[in-house]
Amino acid sequence: MLKDKDRIFQNLYNDLGSDIISAQKRGDWVNTKEIISKGRDWIINEVKESQLRGRGGAGFPTGLKWSFAPKEVGSRPHYLVINADESEPGTCKDRDILRFEPHKLIEGCLIASYAVQAHVCYIYIRGEYFVDGQKLQAAIDDAYEKKLIGKNASGTGWDLDIYIHYGAGAYICGEETALLESIEGNKGQPRLKPPFPALIGLYGCPTIINNVETIAVVPTILRRGGKWFASLGREKNTGTKIFCISGNVNSPCNVEEEMNIPLKELIEVHAGGVVGGWDNLQAVIPGGSSMPLIPKEKCETLTMDFDSLVAEKSGLGTAGVVVINKDQDIIKCMARIARFYKHESCGQCTPCREGSGWMWRMLERMAKGEASKDEIEMLGDVTKQIEGHTICAFGEGSSWPVQGLLRHFKDEIKKRNKFDPIIKENKNIPYLVDQHLLDKNA
Amino acid sequence: MSLKRPAKEQPENFEFNSSSLDMANKIIAKYPKGKQQSAVMALLYIAQRQNNNWIPLAAMKYIAKILDMPYIKVYEVATFYSMYNLSPVGKFFVQVCTTTPCMIRGANKLVEACKEKISENESELSPDKSCSWMEVECLGACVNAPMMQINDEYYEDLNKEKTLEILDKILKGDTPKPGSYRGRVNNEPENNRKTLMELKNA
Repeated sequence: MLKDKDRIFQNLYNDLGSDIISAQKRGDWVNTKEIISKGRDWIINEVKESQLRGRGGAGFPTGLKWSFAPKEVGSRPHYLVINADESEPGTCKDRDILRFEPHKLIEGCLIASYAVQAHVCYIYIRGEYFVDGQKLQAAIDDAYEKKLIGKNASGTGWDLDIYIHYGAGAYICGEETALLESIEGNKGQPRLKPPFPALIGLYGCPTIINNVETIAVVPTILRRGGKWFASLGREKNTGTKIFCISGNVNSPCNVEEEMNIPLKELIEVHAGGVVGGWDNLQAVIPGGSSMPLIPKEKCETLTMDFDSLVAEKSGLGTAGVVVINKDQDIIKCMARIARFYKHESCGQCTPCREGSGWMWRMLERMAKGEASKDEIEMLGDVTKQIEGHTICAFGEGSSWPVQGLLRHFKDEIKKRNKFDPIIKENKNIPYLVDQHLLDKNA
Repeated sequence: MSLKRPAKEQPENFEFNSSSLDMANKIIAKYPKGKQQSAVMALLYIAQRQNNNWIPLAAMKYIAKILDMPYIKVYEVATFYSMYNLSPVGKFFVQVCTTTPCMIRGANKLVEACKEKISENESELSPDKSCSWMEVECLGACVNAPMMQINDEYYEDLNKEKTLEILDKILKGDTPKPGSYRGRVNNEPENNRKTLMELKNA
């Protein structure tokens, strides 16, 4: 288990108070000026050395992202945007940072803004977190009052303004370009990339977008050194991470742990074990609902980091671990996730808009045992037609969980859905539905 | 995608009152000159707060005028995002999360409670017109599942009995205490905390 002194978020459970004085006692804002005086290149290099990877799901190296910002500020100003539109089912880590460790985030904003030469920072918070957003706003006001941000922030000579922008209940706005559209006052529909936001982002200006947790760990990394951060976890999957363990466990919780921690330890030690004992475990969704589930056999030895989960054809995502035990109907669980994606699709790309509804309806019928045998293959086919055919990664996000279900629980679906196809194979009726079957016979 | 339709009965006019107008001006100042359109989401919220939790079409027209943008753009935004209510929802708007992490911990019991106390169907006003409920997608408090949101506040770690109690209170016009209803502190593991113990006991 990670030693308490190596935990970055000391106030994760709000034992100490989130106000500015207690935050300073914990070490926030202590030598911000000194850190910034070491210069841009030093900051970016230190972050690169720590091998910090974005905590928002994709795991892109943060230092590298920052280095994409233009070196000289041209006619267009630079912006820093913080993504706090946390809506992935199973994930609730950013909320605790917003309400209990706001000063880590604000200080991180100052350092990151300096590193990418931004004078304005927008924090995009999902609309449902209004109360938590108000707490962050109070913390921002305190920081202004103490001259930690604003003109000549913390005496560094750098000006920084931080504004909060509330979302309004659209999951898709967690996608970085949809988020930018939303700040600009449009529908949150993702943009084509390239151009990447680092060059053409908010209002057409260079913009760096980072997750809340990514930015909030930066001050601590710079204080304790990139080497310290890199010494935790393993190569390319370094540092600590807040894991959210929810679902059928005895004590669901948020906990900060080292990367590469065994999944079993996370569930058994921190979350009090699976309801009904470890043998009652059915499957685990390791990284928020977009990531394919993992069946019990593999959970025994699985370690939680980006690369080892990719090796299992899943992903760490946002590290929202959803534990599903044998009392639950796994097909129904996935059908509910498919309904989530159907509801949240922004409607821009046809494969996702239509396909997400298609997957949901098929899964609902499969859960009831009303689907025919061949539809199982057809469902897999639908997921393949969505994946990779959309502007943003939402297409993958909606089809991967279904693919995970098909990969590991096909027998379960087959057991429940035994109908023969409505059209028999020998009846070749070209004008009647089912292109899918006809192709196979050709 | 979800379908949203504005209410059939619409008020003729809408204008911000002076405190709303102050707030709106403060928000517009957050964005660069000429980019006032960015404030549209916040202004819709202000309109919603002022107008008993829902946004009439007249408010969209009014906001379009303030921000100097086409009405249809405001309409687009108001219909795209799910948190803007385009028809009356009552003084207390109950949203029950039923996405998988809540579902497997019994969110359907919360839905049952709402059906018993408020109205048979979702998005339907209660007999005294003071509240309504609906199922929503993940509200981002999965560790505290099952949970629901009433107006701005989260009510966490619920079961059917606790939900019925809360709903009784709001039907009487009281605002119940938000937070966990199993007495746990924030997101710590109940009775099983293994980390940061020194701080807890400090």
